[in-house]
Amino acid sequence: MEQFSIVGKDVPRNDAVAKARGAAVYTDDMTLPGMLFGKILRSPVPHARIINIDTSKAKALPGVKSVITGKDIPKVKYGNWRLFADTQDEYALAMDKVRFIGDEVAAVAAVDKETAQEAVELIDVEYEELEGLYDVDATTKEGAPAIHDYCPGNVSVNRKIEYGDVEKGFGESDYIREDTFEVHAVSHAYLEPCSALAQLDLDGRITLWTSTQVPYIVQCLLASTLGMRENDVRVVKPFVGGGFGGKMELRTWEFCAAFMSKQTGRPVKFTLSREEEFLTGRRRHPMTLHSKVGFKKDGTLVAKDLRIVLDGGAYNAMGPTATFLCGNFGAMLYRYPNYRFHGQHAYTNKPPASAMRGFGAPQSLYASEIQMNMAAEALGIDPVEMRLKNAQVSGDKIPDVATISSCGFKESIEAVARMSDWKRRRKELKPGQGIGIGCYSFISGGVFNWFNTQYPFSAAEVRAFSDGTVHLLSMASDIGQGCDTAMKQMLAEELGLQMKDIRITTADTATTPQADLGAWGSRVTLMVGNAVLDAARKIKEQLFGALSARLNANVVYEMECKNGMVQPKGRPKKAIPFGDVVAMVQKSKRGEPLIAHGYYTPRDKGLVTPAFGFGAQIALVEVDRETGKVEVEQMWTAHDCGTVINPKGVEGQLAGSIQMGLGYALSEQFVMQDGKTLNTNFLDYKMPTAMDMPPSAVEHIDTYEPEGPLGAKECGEGLASPTAPAISDAVYHATGYRCKDLPITPEKILNSMEEGA
Amino acid sequence: MKHPIELKINGDIYSLAVDPWRTLNEVLREDLHLTGTKLGCGSGDCGACTVLVDGRSVSSCLTLALEVQGKEIQTVEGLAPSGDTLHPIQEAFVEKGAIQCGFCTSGMEMSAAYLLSQNSSPTEQEIREGLSGHLCRCTGYIQIVDAISDAAQKMKQS
Ligand code: FES
Ligand code: FES
Repeated sequence: MEQFSIVGKDVPRNDAVAKARGAAVYTDDMTLPGMLFGKILRSPVPHARIINIDTSKAKALPGVKSVITGKDIPKVKYGNWRLFADTQDEYALAMDKVRFIGDEVAAVAAVDKETAQEAVELIDVEYEELEGLYDVDATTKEGAPAIHDYCPGNVSVNRKIEYGDVEKGFGESDYIREDTFEVHAVSHAYLEPCSALAQLDLDGRITLWTSTQVPYIVQCLLASTLGMRENDVRVVKPFVGGGFGGKMELRTWEFCAAFMSKQTGRPVKFTLSREEEFLTGRRRHPMTLHSKVGFKKDGTLVAKDLRIVLDGGAYNAMGPTATFLCGNFGAMLYRYPNYRFHGQHAYTNKPPASAMRGFGAPQSLYASEIQMNMAAEALGIDPVEMRLKNAQVSGDKIPDVATISSCGFKESIEAVARMSDWKRRRKELKPGQGIGIGCYSFISGGVFNWFNTQYPFSAAEVRAFSDGTVHLLSMASDIGQGCDTAMKQMLAEELGLQMKDIRITTADTATTPQADLGAWGSRVTLMVGNAVLDAARKIKEQLFGALSARLNANVVYEMECKNGMVQPKGRPKKAIPFGDVVAMVQKSKRGEPLIAHGYYTPRDKGLVTPAFGFGAQIALVEVDRETGKVEVEQMWTAHDCGTVINPKGVEGQLAGSIQMGLGYALSEQFVMQDGKTLNTNFLDYKMPTAMDMPPSAVEHIDTYEPEGPLGAKECGEGLASPTAPAISDAVYHATGYRCKDLPITPEKILNSMEEGA
Repeated sequence: MKHPIELKINGDIYSLAVDPWRTLNEVLREDLHLTGTKLGCGSGDCGACTVLVDGRSVSSCLTLALEVQGKEIQTVEGLAPSGDTLHPIQEAFVEKGAIQCGFCTSGMEMSAAYLLSQNSSPTEQEIREGLSGHLCRCTGYIQIVDAISDAAQKMKQS
């Protein structure tokens, strides 16, 4: 492993002190002079035509400054898949139809929150109700009414993958199994509800401060929906209280804040309530997965046929990507010589599902990991051995997708088996106890350019100053995951500086270099990291040139930046302070500031990602046979994220993933009735608390990713996948209940135990 | 009808007129711009809005501003002794990696302050119980629990 001085160290987060003091400003914390408060009117019915909207009473209410409906705004559809315009299926406000309970119908801006609320209640909407379709069987049935006119049949995305010869593979298999899995919707449940504040600048530009993971995407889509040019819109990301995929699209309130600020000339702020977040918010895709897998007697995988239907809810949102990725995740992790996938994304009259941490992987991998365990049992092979036998290794090719570069998967499986004492523990379980394994692999950013950007995927600007400080500018979005700190660490490492020497400005589309696609798909560390290093290396080139000239050094000497100095490699006696060399460069260019730009766009990296993270997890559970309650007693995790930039940051990501995975497996679910979300608060939507967290041990597998910055790659998102299958497998060993429809509830366990008895 | 009230917050007296239905959270955030106290749910279920009233931790989203007249209110802004020194709890949160998005942080810190005022050497289990009314979606709580037990030790030593 390379020796680093700052990378790999537990430096505190860049923003930790501000957050600890309560001084970090999030969007809803902001107030501007003359600011108006916005409120959205949402559809109370799941599927209807809008016959008439009467806003006259609302408009007449004193203190109301603006009331808008679909009629008042430009008729421009938007959606993240700009590359395929026909997937863009949303208007900021309903034009003629509503498609789910919570669909946005009108918006009000008023002098205070109470007046805005009152005005919203004064809007009269006349609906002609249509049949509501709540599951994919109903919407994809012959003759089902179309939820979107453009899409009869209600399947908005079809994706197929095929390689090898699947039928031949099944013919050659000794053991074939076919299962259907149902996985459910869960909420991102970020603690900060969405909020957006817009202001019209003096020169006609709109500035939008918003709780987003994707300032650049919001800038572009907002401009197009307002009928403005991209750079007539400025999007700034203040501190963001978590996203997990739920804040990566242009949303209605962002549009309305901007539109109404333009219309009224006053700043307008919208902040969602928790109830709105639960009732109408984005969620993880529920899916039905039919999976057929064939193995040789010795456990070798031969073929897989995977069919998935995603319940997308009323709009595409990030569903096309989820459909696309599910197919790839279905064939990741292990060697599948023959593979076929068909994914369908179907509309229903429910709140749209979208991107959420893991993005198709938790669903796909739940099916494949459980099947792996079932097959292992049937073939009499230890599930750990079975995985080692089929595990992907460095150099493996996934057709069309990628060649696996660094890969610590086998090492992860071996480590986690060792840490948990797997072999012995499995033999010595107490009654009611069970132990199970789940694994994952995940992308380090996406290659597919669905947003159709003309910019590099990531960019960075580095400005070096003669006082020894450096300013890093990037559009990357820290939403809590800690990328600002990781970027600073990488830059400090590369330039031989300290954290305190680096100032950082991020996520402002008017001042940070264009562009960055945002914080999703675990892309930031690898992609922005590479852009930062590219800029840093250009700065170094100039410093080295100046130093070389000053020392009249032999041209064969290599130079380095180290300990705040610039010097010929290994010759600290010749070192000159960093800032002094910056001044030398400037003087040699008659005062021109020392600035460099760095970029990263993955090229020639297949269709999906430049690099994969890997890992394995084991759960030990105890199930109360009377009540069916599952207690997770211990988790062991070993994972490969390449170079660890910040160990505490990585461990925090991992613990957070376990919290989410625990909720996904055991406690979190939306209770729905006729398209309506019934549990709209944290009391009824049960997220794990500090009391529910099991002790957990972690091992980082030491690998170096050649495509990653200083060897780093994905961390913290792939880990959203293994927890549910590991717990599920452990529950099976404890009770005999094999969960094929998440979540695992006490009722399901008790029912199955009764049947078994 | 707005009622004139006086609130004592972090040692400072604020005179204001508030509608009787307004919560302490609204008054802190909207009228006084003390925005370190967050609003995560508005229904008493997440803990992000926690402040101390007469030394006890309460959900400011469920507390009416009128109810806390004449009481000592402490918010996260009043935790650190000065602009360049942190409270030991804050210091421990920073050092132990207990902060990610930070939205739950001030509420967690205030509950930790209450907990440590009642029990200067809590066990890990007692810390977890003390946090059971708080939600965090980022950290998995482990580093938060760690930070509070570290703070307890530091506070005992000093
Ligand atoms: S905001 Fe008060 S408990 Fe959630
Ligand atoms: S740090 Fe994000 S909710 Fe706790």
